[in-house]
Amino acid sequence: MSTVAAQHETKWWSGGRSPFNASYGKVMMWYFLMSDAFTFGAFLISYGTIRFSQNFWTDPNKVFNSFPGFGHMDLPLAFVSLMTFILIASSVTMVLAVHEGHKMNKKGVENYMLLTIIGGIAFLSCQAWEWTHLLTGEHIALLNDGSLSVLPTTTRMNPWGAEIPHEAMLAALKTTPQDQLVNIASTIHHEGASHNLAEMSNTQLVDMISAAGIHANHTGPIAFGGYFFGITGFHGFHVLSGVVINIIMYIKTKLSHFEQRGHYEMIEKAGLYWHFVDLVWVFVFLCFYLI
Amino acid sequence: MSEHMVTSPEVTFAHAPAEGTGRIWKIFWLLSFITVIELVLGFGLAKHWYGDPETSHTQILFVKGVICILSFAKAFYIVSVFMHLGDEIRNMIMTIVVPLCLFVWFITAFLWDGNSWKTLRNRYNGKPAQIEKIIPAAKEKGAKD
Repeated sequence: MSTVAAQHETKWWSGGRSPFNASYGKVMMWYFLMSDAFTFGAFLISYGTIRFSQNFWTDPNKVFNSFPGFGHMDLPLAFVSLMTFILIASSVTMVLAVHEGHKMNKKGVENYMLLTIIGGIAFLSCQAWEWTHLLTGEHIALLNDGSLSVLPTTTRMNPWGAEIPHEAMLAALKTTPQDQLVNIASTIHHEGASHNLAEMSNTQLVDMISAAGIHANHTGPIAFGGYFFGITGFHGFHVLSGVVINIIMYIKTKLSHFEQRGHYEMIEKAGLYWHFVDLVWVFVFLCFYLI
Repeated sequence: MSEHMVTSPEVTFAHAPAEGTGRIWKIFWLLSFITVIELVLGFGLAKHWYGDPETSHTQILFVKGVICILSFAKAFYIVSVFMHLGDEIRNMIMTIVVPLCLFVWFITAFLWDGNSWKTLRNRYNGKPAQIEKIIPAAKEKGAKD
């Protein structure tokens, strides 16, 4: 209740003190985060504009459906839920570090900062796996010239269009050049030596692929990859810089810099940045994976 | 001056440190609970509403709207409790929240624009431009321009 009394007696705008009752650094951190929110907002809204302007958009549940160690099992949302929970958990350890800072408990701040750093690194590792999985993926897509090809998901290629009927795929196989037939056949038989496939005739390869009962898609909207890698990359870069800031804060805590200063406000400011990263992920998760 | 730690000479009073971590954990469970609901709804969308062929476009849109609202709730709790914006004084809160109202226009206008592009493209794509032919009114005999 003493704070309420203080608020009533104070002339906020008469100078000499912060009218927001916050230090310059903290207020500026808030304004930086607000401007950053507009940057992310602009990216996500531009993604929304392009998505709304297309008749077909790639179904995220088909693209993001794998989990490390589970091979080709269809597990939509599973891996990204793990990433989301890692980030929520690291947000909690961050707020607990701030809490220990208020109590001037150096040991507590150290421990929770360490946990936050580990959470951040875990999140980045998950993202690295996800990107690698997409960039090295092999998906059969029908190109505009009517032939089939094996494509990864990149900023220039999107093999996630609408599925083509089986007959259309068989017709497309007839116009597909031999090197692409070999690529397609090798996605079916990973363990089979590819030099054997290269020696096979077109007819043999087509028969082999037709018998395998594989699916092929049209190519999807090109913008998908650019927006996905652009926005998750920009977010990942924020996480990376957040981890670096947290490591610096951890070292400074360890060296008793904040104890000597008499307050742990730097932990609060680093915490604001870290929570913002979590906040942005809420919307990246919403726009790219959920809807 | 209060007896609590004061971080800088600009700060008039320090917030009393929270008694315990109860509120933090409560919000953690709340955020996790909301995320689980989102995942259940999202998984429903992934399986085209659990394989129900009767699901209409409007129903799907409704579920997506619910997920969006749940995400905004998460954002509110993160900003208000984890970032302690709810504990700041009102003027400070307003300088952050009021500019963010720009997003209302930002989202509406740009999604509207995207939708308009789709409509126009579907109307005109692959068709030759149709020029309206206006037949000039027949001139009367002997009339001068």
